[in-house]
Amino acid sequence: MASRDGASPGFAQRAAPILAGLLTLAALALLWQAACRAGYINKFVAPAPLDIARSFPHLFAEENLAGRFFQTFAETFLSAGLAVAVGIPLGWLLHHKKLAGLAFESWVGGLAAAPLVLAYPLFLVLFGRNTATIVAMSFLSGLPAMVLKTKEGLDGTKRVLVNVGLSFGLKPATLFRKILLPAAMPSIANGVRLALIFALINVVGVEFLINFGGLGELIDGLAQRWELPSMFGAILFVILTSVFFFWATGRVEKWFHPHG
Amino acid sequence: MAERSSSKVGARARARRGNFAPVSLLRVAAILLLWALWEGAARSGWFYEGALPSSFAIASSGFHLLAQPDFYVNLGVTLFEIAAAVAIGSVLGISVGLALGASRFAGKAFEPYVQYLAPAPKIIFLPVFMVLLGVDSSSKIAIGALSCFFPMALSVAAGVRQIDPVLLRVGRSFRLTPSQTIAKIYLPALTAPIATGLRLGLGVAIIGTLLSELQMSNSGLGFLIMQDYGRFDIAEMYAVLAMVFLLAALANGLIARGLRIKGR
Repeated sequence: MASRDGASPGFAQRAAPILAGLLTLAALALLWQAACRAGYINKFVAPAPLDIARSFPHLFAEENLAGRFFQTFAETFLSAGLAVAVGIPLGWLLHHKKLAGLAFESWVGGLAAAPLVLAYPLFLVLFGRNTATIVAMSFLSGLPAMVLKTKEGLDGTKRVLVNVGLSFGLKPATLFRKILLPAAMPSIANGVRLALIFALINVVGVEFLINFGGLGELIDGLAQRWELPSMFGAILFVILTSVFFFWATGRVEKWFHPHG
Repeated sequence: MAERSSSKVGARARARRGNFAPVSLLRVAAILLLWALWEGAARSGWFYEGALPSSFAIASSGFHLLAQPDFYVNLGVTLFEIAAAVAIGSVLGISVGLALGASRFAGKAFEPYVQYLAPAPKIIFLPVFMVLLGVDSSSKIAIGALSCFFPMALSVAAGVRQIDPVLLRVGRSFRLTPSQTIAKIYLPALTAPIATGLRLGLGVAIIGTLLSELQMSNSGLGFLIMQDYGRFDIAEMYAVLAMVFLLAALANGLIARGLRIKGR
C-alpha cells in the first residue's frame, strides 16, 4: 500500500530481493551437493557442502578453531590499536604543521597504496617467524588510513568553532580535546574502522603466508595435510568472520556520525 | 575582469612557488634523514649480520640483477600473470557490475554478498585454486583475477546507477537491443568508473599475484624474492622488493595519468 503511494516500499517488497539472494545461495549449494553425489565433481578436489558443514565439530574440537579465532582477533586489535595510537598524533601533526602536511600527506597516501604485504620476507628477517612480524606488518597496513582520516577530520573542523575556542582563551591542548577531536570524530571513527579491516586482512594473510598464528595458519596447515573439507570449512569460517567484522565495525562507526 | 582573474591566478602560482621550496627542502631533508638512519642501523651491529644491508650493497645487487637475463624472464612471467589476472578480473567485474547496477532487484539481492566478500583476505583461496588449477601460473592468475574482480564490480555497479535515466529512455525509444544498449550507452558512460575500478583492481591484482608467487612458484619476481630469502641474499631481496614497489607505483601512476588526461 505504502509503495503504491510512492512512499517507502512494503515489507514484502523489501524482503523479496533478500530472500532471492538467500534462495540462490541455497540452490547453488544444493546443486554442488548433487554434483558431488553424482560424481560430476571429484570430492578430493572440491568436497560436498555437507562434508564441509560436518567438518566444523572437528575444527572446533581438534583444531582449536575458537582459540585460533581469539588469537587472530587479538593480533588484529593490537595492530589496529597501535595504528590508532600512532596515527592520531601523526594526523594531528600533519594538520597542525601545514608545511609537514604539504610535504608528507602524499607520501602517506603512497604508503597506503604500496603493496607492503609483499615485504613479509623482510619482516621475517628482522623480527623472526613470530607474532611480532604479524603485528608489525598489520600495524603498518592500518597506519596510513588512520593518519589520513585523522588529518581529514581535523582539516574539516569549522573555522568558526576554532575561533570561538580561541576567543574563550583555550590552550592548544584544551582546544584539541574540546573542539578539534569531537569535530573530527566521525572521520577518525572511519579511520579506526579502516585500520581494523586492513589489520584483519593482513593478520590472516601473513599468518597464512608464514604458517604461524591463528586462522591463517590453520588454513595453510589443513591444505598441506590435504584435509579438504576442513580446509574449505576454515576458509568459510574466515569469510563469515570477515563479513561479520565488516558489518559490526560499520554499525559502530555509524554511532559516531551526527546524523546516524 | 580578465585582468583581475589573471592577477588571482598569478597570486596563486606565486603562493605555490613560495611553498614549493620549503616543501621540497623538507622532503629532501626527510629522505636524507631516513637514509642516514638506515645506514646507521646497517652499520650499528644491532641486527643479525646481513639482515639490514647498506644501501650501497642493495644498489650494487640491483644493478647486478638488471644485468642478468634470468631477471627479465622472471619479470616477463610476473607481468604476464598480472596482465592476465587484470584482464579476466576486469571482464568478469564489468559483467557482474553491469548486471547488479542495471537491475535494482539484482543489486539488492546479490550486491551485499559482493560488498561483504570484497574485504575478505583473498590469499586464503590460494589452496583452493591450487587444488582446482594446479601450482603453475593458472592459480596465481586466478588469485589476481579474484582480487581485481571485486573493486571493478562494485565500481561499475555504482557507476551504472549514476547514468542519466534520460539516456536509457532515449535508447529504448530508438528500440536498441540489450547488446546495443551496453555498447552505445552503458560502456561510454562508464569510462570513469571502469578506470577507477581498473586502478584499484590493478593494485590488488599485483599484490594477489605476487603473494601467490611468494607462497609457491618456480618463476616470477615472487619466486626470485623467496629464492633470495632461502639463500639469505638479503641485499638482492631488498633490490627485487624495491623493483616490485617501483613497478606497482609506475602502473598506478600511469593509470592515474590516463584518468587525468581523460578528465580534461
